[in-house]
Amino acid sequence: MPEIVRPSSSSRTARRAGNIALQIALVVVAGGLAYAAIHNVAQNLANAHITSGFGFWNNTAGFDISQTLIDYSASTSTFGRAFWVGLLNTLLVGALGIVFATVLGFVIGIARLSRNWLVAHLAGGYVELIRNVPLLLQLLFWYNAVLKSLPQLRGSVTLPGGGLLNNRGLFLPRPEFASGFGSVLAVFLCGIVATGVVRMWARRRQDRTGAPVNIVWPALGLIVVLPSIVFMLAGAPLSFSVPRMGRFNVIGGVEIIPEFAALLLALTIYTAAFIAEAVRAGILAVPHGQTEAAQALGLRSGPMLRFVVIPQAMRVIVPPLTSQYLNLIKNSSLAVAVGYPDLVQVFAGSVLNLTGQAVEVIAITMAVYLFISLVTSLLMNLYGYAIAVEER
Amino acid sequence: MAAMIEKAYLRRAPTERLPPPAERAGMLGWLRDNLFSSPGNIALTLVSILFIGWALPPLLRFFLFDAVWSGSDGQACLASPQLPEPGACWAFVRVWLSFFVYGFYPIGERWRVDIFFWALAFGVGWLAWLSAPRRDIGAVYFFIALPVLSYVLLRGMPPLGLVNVPTVLWGGILVTIVVATVGIVVSLPLGILLALGRRSDIPLVKVLSVTFIEFIRGVPLITVLFMASVMLPLFVPERFAPDKLIRALVGVALFASAYMAEVVRGGLAAIPRGQYEAAQALGLSYWRMMALVVLPQALRVTLPNIVNVFIALFKDTTLVSIIGIFDFLGTVGAARADPHWLTPFTSVTGYAFAALFYFICCYGMSRYARGVESRLAYRR
Repeated sequence: MPEIVRPSSSSRTARRAGNIALQIALVVVAGGLAYAAIHNVAQNLANAHITSGFGFWNNTAGFDISQTLIDYSASTSTFGRAFWVGLLNTLLVGALGIVFATVLGFVIGIARLSRNWLVAHLAGGYVELIRNVPLLLQLLFWYNAVLKSLPQLRGSVTLPGGGLLNNRGLFLPRPEFASGFGSVLAVFLCGIVATGVVRMWARRRQDRTGAPVNIVWPALGLIVVLPSIVFMLAGAPLSFSVPRMGRFNVIGGVEIIPEFAALLLALTIYTAAFIAEAVRAGILAVPHGQTEAAQALGLRSGPMLRFVVIPQAMRVIVPPLTSQYLNLIKNSSLAVAVGYPDLVQVFAGSVLNLTGQAVEVIAITMAVYLFISLVTSLLMNLYGYAIAVEER
Repeated sequence: MAAMIEKAYLRRAPTERLPPPAERAGMLGWLRDNLFSSPGNIALTLVSILFIGWALPPLLRFFLFDAVWSGSDGQACLASPQLPEPGACWAFVRVWLSFFVYGFYPIGERWRVDIFFWALAFGVGWLAWLSAPRRDIGAVYFFIALPVLSYVLLRGMPPLGLVNVPTVLWGGILVTIVVATVGIVVSLPLGILLALGRRSDIPLVKVLSVTFIEFIRGVPLITVLFMASVMLPLFVPERFAPDKLIRALVGVALFASAYMAEVVRGGLAAIPRGQYEAAQALGLSYWRMMALVVLPQALRVTLPNIVNVFIALFKDTTLVSIIGIFDFLGTVGAARADPHWLTPFTSVTGYAFAALFYFICCYGMSRYARGVESRLAYRR
């Protein structure tokens, strides 16, 4: 009778021992490298007479920033203040870029699926051209070849509505609010809330009776007409400061610096091409049976898109859309190439050069981007859960 | 009775096929279906035609018909009686072309760069052609022999009669290709290791891999390059401080590895469990199982994605110009500032030429990836 051979436990023990040995070796190697690196950093910094630490944070910055959303002046503000200025500029271009790129990307993505041959191929050409040319090249093109070759101050182009355009930037009328404007704003916000209530009522009624209720007119009345009436009654408490040409620069209005415009333009156009691909793939992922079923139920193309195709496509679109948003925010760091004062240009550029605190500055910059990435993916994941399939 | 049956109305041969209705067939039918099927469609078509009519002729005129093709300095590209409205200044590109390709590489030594280009093209062709003979030798050539050969050729080796050429003299397309190639040659093996590490049962290996991958993927390339260029010299003793190009190469390679790891992980996830189990049943050790059974399949499945990572990497190489490396875009930027070529359209022409170069490379690679993808889909 053959003896039953049991798998010996010794081989498993040997493997486990090997794993532990590997981990110990990793700890030793990583620790050794880290120790050597820290030792060398300390040595090199001492040689260069740089004291490490975050003491520089409260020192006076002493350099100018061309676009500041919060109060900042070269002579009195600190490096810490400069950090916040840069961070806000990054967030500004990132947020606006995400909005514009999403709109443009959805339009292009849907146009690529158009039944119209010309429209589909124009959109396809856009996507192929933009995706295959480096973003930095596009950014430099917009900045150096287009915006910088606009006319000088003397020959500024006057835009309809009172804007001015020259190679120093785009100057738009700035709204100036008088005292009564608060009430208009309050009525406007109340209108939005009331519209939400009406919408809920309409939806409940439709669930109960099956009759759809058109809420476009009440919404228009609440959000547009009512605030307009209050606006008139309050004596139109809004005026515009129109930019006009001074001797050496433009006076009044809101200034949009060309660096910002170039960066926003390049980020929007570039990211939109990738979002368009995500949208197209998402719509194509909705099974054809779904559209056929919707048609069989008698839905026209508008409601069919709204109630059947888009909700299902969104579930496929959201994950790649998230990564495109993250890419856009990370790509906004290319600002440094045209001198838009974003986090990298102000903090990892000017501040680093002035203080020499390379380790601290780079670590803070990277931590900020990691944090922004985490928050963005968290928000998009929450949105993803909100639109996930409800299994019944 | 019988005579009537003979008069049966039955066909003995099929009739001639009728042509399809005129409005459904041929050119007219196609136009009708694709451009003029409904009022909305007609409006879209008209808007598109108007757009093309508005955009295309000026572009053609600028880049082709009114362009200046030859000349020795910017004077040729300025408005003159013969050419009141000059277009793109291609003469600028012609004069600066060798600078765009080699940078400041000594003219007498440029044959070495040419040999490098050909050797690289040979290796890429060997690996990219899926049914080429002995692709395993191709891989050894590409990942081991070629880097050594390139280093000796480009950097120089005085005992062999090759003069040393310091990397500050390298530039242009040469640097772009060196950065991209080093990126792929380093990131593929490193990415495979990181991907295996991320799927490992050993806690520490897994934690280290995940941390590295997620950290790199969460920060912009430019900060990684800044880190490489300002912090790397601090990490090593002063006398070993690496030169600028090496620092950039380290940054790019680390960055690409993290993205490559995620792509390889996707390929590994696509391999059915049965393959692992079968390999284990045969008694293969972990590394032999991976090397002989799992990775060959995983890499094949994920080849299109690897090419996509490479396309992104190729475009991202332009960022090294920000930390002062003279890549292709850097040379274009330098040439465009030349006071001899100070014309209104020098910048546009330079950027257009660079865009054409990148477009041809990236579009070619993405077509290749799509070809591989459809071939793999067909085999299943």
